[in-house]
This record gives sequence, C-alpha cells and structure tokens, in this order.
Amino acid sequence: MVQQLTSGERQNALVILLCVFVTGVIMAAAGGSDPLGVHGVIVLLFSAGLGALVSRSFYEPQPDPQRLSQYYDDPIKVGIALTLAWGIFGMFMGVWTAAQLAWPDLAFDAGWSSFGRLRPTHTTGVIFGFGGNALIATSFHVVQRTSRARLAGQVSPWFVLLGYNLFCILAVTGYFMGVTQSKEYAEPEWYADLWLVVVWVTFFVLYLRTLARRKEPHIYVANWYFMAFIVVVAILHIVNNLAIPVSFSQAKSYTIWAAVQDAMVQWWYGHNAVAFFLTAGFLGMLYYYLPVRAQRPIFSYRLSILSFWGITFFYMWAGSHHLHYTALPHWVQNLGMTFSVMLLVPSWASAGNALLTLNGAWHKVRDDATLRFIMVAVVFYGLSTFEGSFMAIRPVNALSHYTDWTVGHVHAGALGWVAFITFGSIYTLVPSLWKRERMYSSALVEVHFWLAVTGTLIYVFAMWNSGIIQGLMWRTYTEEGTLAYSFLDSLVAMYPYYIARAFGGLLFLLGAIVAAFNIWMTVRAVPVAAARQADVPDSGLAPGAAATPAE
Amino acid sequence: MAVEEHDPVSGHKTTGHEWNGIKELDTAVPMGVLIFIVVTHLWAFVWWILMPTWPLITTYTKGILNTDQRKIVEQDLMTAQAGRATWMKAIETGSFEEIQANENLMKVVRTTGHQLFGDNCAACHGVDGRGRANYPDLTDDDWLWGGGPEKIAETMQLGINSRHQNTRVAQMPAFGRDAMLDRTQIANVATYVHSLSNPAASTAQNVAQIQAGREVFLTTCAACHGEDGKGKREVGAPNLTDQFWVYGGDLQTLINSIHGGRQGHMPTWDERLTPAEIKILALYVNSLGVEKP
Repeated sequence: MVQQLTSGERQNALVILLCVFVTGVIMAAAGGSDPLGVHGVIVLLFSAGLGALVSRSFYEPQPDPQRLSQYYDDPIKVGIALTLAWGIFGMFMGVWTAAQLAWPDLAFDAGWSSFGRLRPTHTTGVIFGFGGNALIATSFHVVQRTSRARLAGQVSPWFVLLGYNLFCILAVTGYFMGVTQSKEYAEPEWYADLWLVVVWVTFFVLYLRTLARRKEPHIYVANWYFMAFIVVVAILHIVNNLAIPVSFSQAKSYTIWAAVQDAMVQWWYGHNAVAFFLTAGFLGMLYYYLPVRAQRPIFSYRLSILSFWGITFFYMWAGSHHLHYTALPHWVQNLGMTFSVMLLVPSWASAGNALLTLNGAWHKVRDDATLRFIMVAVVFYGLSTFEGSFMAIRPVNALSHYTDWTVGHVHAGALGWVAFITFGSIYTLVPSLWKRERMYSSALVEVHFWLAVTGTLIYVFAMWNSGIIQGLMWRTYTEEGTLAYSFLDSLVAMYPYYIARAFGGLLFLLGAIVAAFNIWMTVRAVPVAAARQADVPDSGLAPGAAATPAE
Repeated sequence: MAVEEHDPVSGHKTTGHEWNGIKELDTAVPMGVLIFIVVTHLWAFVWWILMPTWPLITTYTKGILNTDQRKIVEQDLMTAQAGRATWMKAIETGSFEEIQANENLMKVVRTTGHQLFGDNCAACHGVDGRGRANYPDLTDDDWLWGGGPEKIAETMQLGINSRHQNTRVAQMPAFGRDAMLDRTQIANVATYVHSLSNPAASTAQNVAQIQAGREVFLTTCAACHGEDGKGKREVGAPNLTDQFWVYGGDLQTLINSIHGGRQGHMPTWDERLTPAEIKILALYVNSLGVEKP
C-alpha cells in the first residue's frame, strides 16, 4: 500500500494526515466533554494511526516506475474489505433493532442501545458503510477498466476511501452518543457533513480526471451512472445539510430550512438518495459486472440512453410523494405522484435491458450462483421500482404510509437489489482483483445465495403482510363511526411478523458472514492465476483481449 | 473493430464499441416500452388537467375538479362527526345510570372504550387493564380512590399527583431515607404489615417483632392506612390487609416502600380527552371489573 507511493507522495500523505490530526486536536480541545470533543479524539486517533502506518514504510524503497502503466488496485482491495466489514456490522445492527421491536428488553435499559440510537447505526452502516464503500471500490475498478487508464491520482484514491470511512465512523459513533440532525439518512452533524463535502469533491475530481485520461473513444454507460451518483449526491448532501451550529464547540446544529420547506428539502434529499446513491450507483455496477459475468453484450444501447436520462430526469421531481396527506400543499403532492408514475417506464427499461442481456446466457444463470445474484438483483430492482411508483399514488399511499409496507419496500430494494448486485459484483471482482483462478468455494457462494434469497423473501413477505394489516387496522371503523382498533391492537398483531422479520434478517446476515469468509479464503488460499496477469491498461494486446472472463 | 458486427445469439448489430470486452447491441427500443411511456405520460397529463398540480408565479393550476385535500378532510371530519352525533349526545347528556341502562349505548361504550383504553390507558395499565408492577390492576375490586363510574371519571379528570389544579394528592413519606424510622423499626413494621395480608407469616418466632411493629404502625402509619390497616380512600391510602398490591406485598418490597416512600402518578385527562370520552372510559373501566368472572 504505502510501498506503492513515491517518497514525495508519502510526504503529501503525511501532510494531509497532519492537517486532519490538527483538526482533531482543535475539535477535542474546543469540544471538551461535548460529543464534538469525543469526535475530535476519534479524528486524531484515526489520523495518528494512518500516520504511523505511512511513517513505518516512509524510508522503504521507491516503487517501480512501471506502476503508472498498471491499474491502481490497492485502494479497491481495501475498499472491498471495508465493504464487507461495514456490511456485517450494519446487518448485525439491523438484526438487533429488528429483534428489539419484537423483544424490547433487548435494549438492556441503556441509552446508547435504545432503538432510536441503534436504528441509524443500521441504516448508516448498510447504506453508507456497506453500499458506499462498495460503490467507491467498484467505481474505481470500473472507471479504470472501461477507460483503459490508471486512476488519476496516487494519494487521492486513498483520501477518498479512508476519508469517507472516517465520515461513516463519525456518523455511527455519534448516534451512540445521541448526536443527530433528526433528518433521516442525513443524521450526522455539521462537522461530519463538512468533511464529507471535502471528500466527495475530491472523489468527483478524481473520477473526472480519470475519465479524461481514458484511452477509449466513448464513455461507457456504467460511468454515466457513477458520474450521476457522484454529482447528484454532492448536490443533495450540501443542500439538505445547510445548518447553523449552536456554537463551534458543540455538535448540535439547526437546519436553515423551516417547517414544510424543511420537510420537502429533506424528502427531496431522501428520495434522491435512493435514486442516485442506491439506484444510479448500483446500476453502474450492474452495467459492468453483468456483461462481464454473463459474457454477453448489453441488449440495447438505445434503451440504456432512454433509461439513463429518464431516471436522472424524473427521479428529481418525485420526492414529494414521501409527504402525501401532510401539510405539504396538494399540488406539490400531485406533481410528485405523476412524476413517480412516469418514472416507472425508464426504471423498468433498465431492468428489461439487463434481463434481455442475459438472453443466450440463461444456462449460466442456472449454473453460476454469482450470475444468479446479479439476475435476482435485477428482478428485485424491477419489483421495487414498480412498487415504489405504485405506493407513490396517493390513494395507495393512504394505506401504505407509516406502515411496515414501506419497510418491506425499502428492504426489497436494499436486500434484493442493492445487496444482491453488490455481492454478485464482489464475487466477480475478487478473483480478478487478486488475480486468483476462482473463488475459494463456489459451494459457499451457492450457500450464500440461498441464505440471502430465503432471508429476503421472509423479510419482505413478513413486512408486506404486517404493513397491510397495520394499514387496514388503522382505518377500520365501527358501525358507530369510531376507530375499531387501538394502536396497541395493531402492535400486538405485528408481533409474529416482527419475529419473522428478525429471522429473515438473521439469515441474510449469516449469508454475508459466509461471503466474508469465502473472500478471505480466496485471498489467502487460492493460487494466483497466470491468465489474470493480462489485466493491465496497455497490455499490448488488442482491446478486449485483456477482459477478465468469468470462470 | 468491425462496424457491422452482429451478435450471433440475437442477430442484432453491435454499436461497434468495446470496453474491456463489453460490447453493446444497437437494438431498437422495444415498441412496448414506447407504448408504456405514452400511457404513463397521458395518465399524468390527464391528472394535471383534473387536479391542482403545476406551480405558477404566485399560485398554482387548480385543475378542473377544483379539489383540495384540506377541503376533503374538513368534509370527511364533518360527515364523521354527524355520524357519531346521536349516541355522542346521549352519552354527553345522560347520567351514568341512564347510559348503563341503555344497551345500545353500552355497546358503544364497549367498542369505543376498547380503542380509547388502548390508545390512552394501556401503556401503563396494560391492554387488558390488569396493570403490572407499580401500575394498578383495574379489573379487580380494589380501588385506591373508589370504584364506580363516577369516582373513576373523577380520578381520570383530576389525575393523581398531576398538573391539574385540583389533582388528587397522595404521598407515602420515605420513612427510612428521611430518618423518621430506624432500620429496626422499619423491619418490625414491615413484618407486621406483611402478617396483615398473610397470616401464615405470623409465627411463634416473630410474634414479639410483630407486636413491636404494631406499636410503630399505630403511631406512624395508622393516620392514613387506618388503625385496622384497611386504608382510606379519601387520601388514596391503600388497604394493607387484602391481596391487592400496586408495588408488591412481599416483605422486601414492603421494606423498600416504607424506606423510600411512594408517590404514584396518573396524568390528568381533562385536556386530552373530551368529557364524553372520559365518561365512556369510566364506564368501560368499570365494566372491566364487573365482567370479570
């Protein structure tokens, strides 16, 4: 890792880490016993640890100048490891919070482990920790391969990856201490948000510069999606997190948005986080690892264009469907609802394009669990985008809103789509990245696949059932014209579904642990394959010959 | 890189580009996709014409149906209120005896009471009203402040140690913590009180202790709990001779109660619930005990 940097680059890394360290010291001094002070200590420990790592190898020999003519894979490898670590952490927190809903005593009467604090550790852990690291790692891989160019920086990929993880650590440790902006999926406070802006702009510049160095005449579709992901997430993050700190020595801040405008900005953010973080980014993954694994050309370039622009345009308008039947004016709700419905066709066009790409490779779907992960991801993508547009229709939303149906919908997307495409991509990527012949055990991939499918189906069906029961119970009236059920009655009715949900989540978590073990053993125990060595930007071979065939 | 390359499986032409082995076909957008785009857009367009949708500079397009969610909610609320008006009026104006005598109104009490109880009372007293440790059972015959719909309604209105200006007030002092009794006295009086509800606890070995405890009880506790220990409902002092306990009737809990004192809290429901709702709940809670086998 550090050995791959020249002494000048090692110096730059140390200077950056020193700046971060000083910031941490200032935060710790200013914050004192406020959570900001604790976070200052975390920042300075984080930078000191990395500083020690760089210093230890500081005087080691210079790297081979030949490195610049090869792909830069070290940050990707670390990114994959971080993806798995965050995935297991986030999914464990999910199982724990799910179990708390069935058995509230599992909070053990402590503040840090109460449901309200643990829930964001789950959502941040899986969305930003697991999903975000997977996106950074795969985007680094895809942009290099499809551009036939090395990443445009030596230190900046590390800055993006590790800086992003520092943000995730600040977020999650903050929740345990009760730090939150009370904005869903945007809980971290002002200082963490500012840090993410720095990291994200670096990511954007790095990606653009790498694309600018490409040796292919055209920019491949996957990169359109990754670019959309990076650009729009920057916009969303900055606008939604505009806030004024109570003081510079305190973690607490207040948003500059007020009342219903605040709600609208928040759900414009929230919905487009789904769109551009959890959809566009992972479509970028799909567009690379699906054709590589299936060894099939993309079904239709024209459909790719249609769905890309359809998704990027229509998603932006749809956020208000999260605020149906609220103080938000009726016209804004209607606007969001109609755009949500128009969004369906471009979304399905992506799913259709992916499934039709599999024509001619369906026998591989049958035999290869990795490709099956990708195929099931596409099916769940199609299911949840249909469900999303359906639930955005106001009368449907009147039943579904505030119920577990929403939770089921989100997990059909998060487990079925995001996690499946991520695992499919990682299983394709790992042997190629570490230049191994194959995964350590294809049987374990198969085990993981079935654990994940079973877990997802149990989870989603439990939540669909409980959500619809809840929705119906809340709107059932007696002959006398009063509500037939109390809220508690609906909770009692949820109990068996909450147990089933926790069990489904547990299966999914077990699958992720199997994956981590399998990947660890692949790196440790599977022999290096000579054929993989050809994976370099200028191999001297004809374009395409360097492709990594699926095993 | 042949421009006229064809995919052998589908027969479709490729675009002629290749990235790391990935190719794309130049397949036309399927007709179904185009049809569904037209259908969803037409649907949206019709919705825009019918409903309020697009912002203008200072207002928005109202739509030819001229509807608005606020108007709809207001109408729905008025219709619902009108639907409930007949029985609501009868409950508001009738006395508890009149309502109890009217089977139709008691049916309303049972259905509506269940939901009101679940949303307001069950968090402490349990869905079935049986209470739990530190929260009284409402289904038994033991009432701190008196049973019957009138008394229950009054307790709900005023609350116990609540914010209401005429709140019911009850406090058992912390005899141990505030050094009114020493450890021996507490042990003695607790043993005595324990024996009141549990005659088996009185043995030949502790008869002297019980006697000593009784002395303490008469000087310290009897003012509220009565010389016979049967409690006083005017001050919310519980009967100590029965089997009904809010905090627990075992020896250790009794010692804890005497040492640290007790001050239960029930909020006033005067502001949150309407008078009719309080009446319904009082009758409903009253029926929980009555209907118990």
